[in-house]
Amino acid sequence: MHELAIAQNILEIVQQSVPENQTKSVRGIRIRVGQMSGIVPDSLDFCFSAIINDTHLQRARLAIEQVPTLSQCKTCAHRFGIEDWVFTCPVCQSTNLELISGKELEIVEIELADEGDEAI
Amino acid sequence: MSVITIERKVLEKNDQLAQRNRLFFEERGIFVLNLVSSPGAGKTSILEKTFLELRGSMRAAVIEGDVQTDLDAQRVAKYGVPVVQIVTLGACHLEANLVQDAMRNLDFTGVELLFIENVGNLVCPASYDLGEQAKVVVLSTTEGDDKPLKYPSMFLNSSLLIINKIDLIPYVNCDLNRLKNNALQINPKLRIFEMSCTTGAGFPEWCNWLKKKDVSSL
Ligand SMILES: Nc1nc2c(ncn2[C@@H]2O[C@H](COP(=O)(O)OP(=O)(O)OP(=O)(O)O)[C@@H](O)[C@H]2O)c(=O)[nH]1
Ligand SMILES: [Mg+2]
Ligand SMILES: [Zn+2]
Repeated sequence: MHELAIAQNILEIVQQSVPENQTKSVRGIRIRVGQMSGIVPDSLDFCFSAIINDTHLQRARLAIEQVPTLSQCKTCAHRFGIEDWVFTCPVCQSTNLELISGKELEIVEIELADEGDEAI
Repeated sequence: MSVITIERKVLEKNDQLAQRNRLFFEERGIFVLNLVSSPGAGKTSILEKTFLELRGSMRAAVIEGDVQTDLDAQRVAKYGVPVVQIVTLGACHLEANLVQDAMRNLDFTGVELLFIENVGNLVCPASYDLGEQAKVVVLSTTEGDDKPLKYPSMFLNSSLLIINKIDLIPYVNCDLNRLKNNALQINPKLRIFEMSCTTGAGFPEWCNWLKKKDVSSL
């Protein structure tokens, strides 16, 4: 439900990271969204394309990489993916786990079209 | 195509401000809880009852967050507690910068305990650090025992769970054990209090826990 706020944060960071005379060339923004980040990728995509309309970034598209929830058991060191939100080690039943991934909400990189590509 | 690698957290600005808030609180020894729940689970009622119980023993302050109105601030102010209302005008969650603004308008003299009552919403506030020591998720029995499974990230990001309105269990289809199991399956470290603002059940335990300010046990 707060995907709009997140989309605005992304827009801001991209505007800070790309020199102003190049913002028109931004084509792709790679972001990583963890399964447990509370963000719905489709909804984020929708919000982002809505807010870039009046900006120089209107040709930019989000490329969203979804990161699965991975965990390591602190008792038996077993590594496994969390399914259905069950935070219990399937091998030794321990609940003493370390989260390895799944909470990400990061911008990884920004792709810019080169001058040559512009003409196309 | 050329590529700019940035590797930045989308919420980094919020996280930095939250960290600044946290330092402010830690320097002054203020224990800060961020109360989250769906609308009407009983956050304000719990604060009111808590202030009655704590009267004279511990000085508290409140930051209220609502989409509209300062009704909750008015309720809390009756207990002689310093309170600032944030009206988000539509936003479904509080962010660290709003809390920082509110902090400027609060008199923290002698305050040991700060409650931030978040906007009633079981989804969005989970993503935002405000600088609190712990998130407390309030779930009332009338909402059903399946809610932890439906809103897992809130339960994952909270350290405490208050199950409120236990006085209504005889009238609603809510299995307390199933509710607790569902919550603990997501977050085995959750500390659970079972309370009722109507009967006062659970408040002595809750207030004792508050007085200890025992962050290390979280
Ligand atoms: N029976 C019963 N009713 C309760 C209890 N706690 C709160 N209520 C009632 O539940 C309703 C909502 O309580 P609030 O304290 O306003 O809930 P809230 O979470 O602050 O609501 P928002 O700030 O709007 O999200 C009120 O009518 C309360 O009187 C309880 O333990 N038992
Ligand atoms: Mg309230
Ligand atoms: Zn194990």
